[in-house]
Amino acid sequence: MPGTVQSIERAATLLHAIVESGGQMGVTELAAAVGLPKTTTHGLLRTLLAVGFVEQDPRTGRYALGAGLLGLGSHYLDANELRSRASNWADSLAARSGFAVRLGTPAGLQVVVVHHVFRPDDSPQELEVGSVLPAHATAVGKVLLASRPALARALADARLEALTPRTVVEPAALLAELQTARARGWAEQRGEYRLGVGGIAAPVHGPGGLVVGALGVSGPAEELFAEGARPALRTMVVEAAAAVSRELLA
Amino acid sequence: MTERYVLAVDQGTTSTRSIVFDRAGRLVAVRQREHRQHFPRPGWVEHDPEEIWANTQLTAAQALRDVAGAPGQVVALGIANQRETTVVWDRATGRPLVRALVWQDTRTGPLVEELAARPEAALVRERTGLELAGYFAGPRLRWVLDAVPGARARAERGELLFGTMESWLVWNLTGGTDGGVHVTDVTNASRTLLMDVRRCRWDPDLLDFFGVPAAMLPEIRPSVGVLGTASALPVPLPIGGALGDQQAALFGQTCFAPGEAKCTYGTGSFLLQNTGTDLVRSRHGLISTVAYQLAGEPVHYALEGSIAVTGALVQWLRDSLGLIGSAAEVETLARTVSDNGGCYIVPAFSGLLAPHWEGRARGLVAGLTSYVTKGHLARAVLEATGWQTRDVVRAMDADSGLPMEALRVDGGMTTNNLLMQFLADVLGSPVVRPMVGETVSLGAAYAAGLAVGVWSDTGALRRNWHRSAQWVPDPGRVAALDAAYPEWERAVQLSIAWGERR
Ligand SMILES: Nc1ncnc2c1ncn2[C@@H]1O[C@H](COP(=O)(O)OP(=O)(O)O)[C@@H](O)[C@H]1O
Ligand SMILES: [Mg+2]
Repeated sequence: MPGTVQSIERAATLLHAIVESGGQMGVTELAAAVGLPKTTTHGLLRTLLAVGFVEQDPRTGRYALGAGLLGLGSHYLDANELRSRASNWADSLAARSGFAVRLGTPAGLQVVVVHHVFRPDDSPQELEVGSVLPAHATAVGKVLLASRPALARALADARLEALTPRTVVEPAALLAELQTARARGWAEQRGEYRLGVGGIAAPVHGPGGLVVGALGVSGPAEELFAEGARPALRTMVVEAAAAVSRELLA
Repeated sequence: MTERYVLAVDQGTTSTRSIVFDRAGRLVAVRQREHRQHFPRPGWVEHDPEEIWANTQLTAAQALRDVAGAPGQVVALGIANQRETTVVWDRATGRPLVRALVWQDTRTGPLVEELAARPEAALVRERTGLELAGYFAGPRLRWVLDAVPGARARAERGELLFGTMESWLVWNLTGGTDGGVHVTDVTNASRTLLMDVRRCRWDPDLLDFFGVPAAMLPEIRPSVGVLGTASALPVPLPIGGALGDQQAALFGQTCFAPGEAKCTYGTGSFLLQNTGTDLVRSRHGLISTVAYQLAGEPVHYALEGSIAVTGALVQWLRDSLGLIGSAAEVETLARTVSDNGGCYIVPAFSGLLAPHWEGRARGLVAGLTSYVTKGHLARAVLEATGWQTRDVVRAMDADSGLPMEALRVDGGMTTNNLLMQFLADVLGSPVVRPMVGETVSLGAAYAAGLAVGVWSDTGALRRNWHRSAQWVPDPGRVAALDAAYPEWERAVQLSIAWGERR
């Protein structure tokens, strides 16, 4: 990405790392999480502290998000709250599409499933809430990666596991796909996590506009990507994700 | 064929929701607005009927606008409502005489104790299938007639009207002072203590007993059947049905066969089991109530286990203690610890309903030590819902002689995964959630749609039911919770004993 300011990008990465830890982090942990030297990390944190974007626990010296961020209109969204707000629209998406629905939130290069609605065929299925999926091989994961350019670039150094022969493991190819996903507002996956199982997902935006989650359908790839089925499905997914975003504004 | 939609209004305890469903029972629009809870004195809970009427108009208009691409395709309106909440209004002006007395309100406690001491009191249980308790509407109506000067005389002259929330809304929707229809549905009427539950008519002996003039009562109608035209909406719609919210959820879960049951988790929680066209009397502290009636068909009955405080305890944690910012965050807080730390909360805020019926019981937190954190309290709050469910499920199993195979659930609390898993473990049976969590609204939509022919019969509705989630009991946890159940029961006994000392 040409023309970005490195220190701002790094500061943003630090903030994401704190959010994703779900609470507080020490400077050593943070440095390791974002792959920077401890001194650099410390310097960045001092500036963030000064502008109120992080707070330091006087007892433990650990860092948490600061009150200064609240004023930006996009405070930390509780995952259980997100599920509660998304529930009606996730139900409706599953009922209308005929596919299972998952809502994911970011956790580094992985996705945490915070909500799961069964495929509406009454077949035996297991609830997957709380399970963790690889971001690079799932549609919800790609949506989340696409929304965090700094994280996405960390992929360049990451070893991307080939979960199926179709998994995109070439960083440049994945980055290109993420860029397209971001531009068009949805992502897909064709048997890249489990062979024969595909997915389509779209971003859920928080009140401040940040992407806080991804909502998607998944199911047999030959049904999901059947001739003529895809555009209608895509519209349903994008509209459902937009409906959840609206719900978060209320 | 062009799509046809049905609008449902779910006038609940915390909010009013207007939801549009399609023929497959899928939600296509939803609008919601909370109303103010008034607590003028300890034990008193009131709502402003005019605020609720305004919220109904607003959310209905918004939901209709959301599907505006399809004018004329919305073909009926169905209503579900918080039950037992009592409204008295002036027929000539349309103004409520006082604020609505909400079903959680306990001010009629002393009045009910006085009535219960009378020799004819046994009549109440026999005729109504209910307990003589302040939870039902009749004593509240009597309280208003006693408390407001001149009210009884005006009621006798037909100047004042009584109704539960659906009556108030139907009267306003159909024109109010300009020809409003004054009706109630049979499920709501069955919660007043004024209706003969077998004949489904206002009972003169009960009216005498409670001192209520017949002139102010609405006409009792079937739950499924056109009640009038909602001319107050931007698009006039036939009102095709009305049911109490818990009966609406039973209908929405398509529990049409005897033995089928559901539990709805909202402000309170209510387990209802369809008993068919037979009125079954409980020997274990449940009540007998009307489940639904289709116009021209016999009444279907249900056994009910009513729990007053479940989601309301979560609201208390949020609003009174300020430990969480939103109801859903109780799960986040509860997950900071792995067990209840020995802590039990009995939320007998307004006494205990089924299966105890102890109006004087009061809430308590048992097992406090300095080890207990807010995380443990959050767990105990959620577990209170599970333990109370176990109490009513056990009573229902004993009454029916059949253990429940799986519990069908719905309502606002069912998005809480920790709670749903605890329920499966504490009951030792799977917990199943349907594809439409808004089952109360769906039931009201089904009732209205059946009345105007959107669906041909209840069989067509059954095919719409699908499972959206299932929680399976963990054998180890089941055994541990079995062992802990006596602790809970002891805590309940303490909360009853505490009330008796007053
Ligand atoms: N995720 C959750 N966990 C626990 N309780 C919840 C959750 N979401 C909502 N609630 C509780 O559920 C109730 C709202 O559910 P709802 O079905 O709308 O109730 P009602 O119809 O009685 O107004 C509130 O009491 C709220 O505290
Ligand atoms: Mg409700």
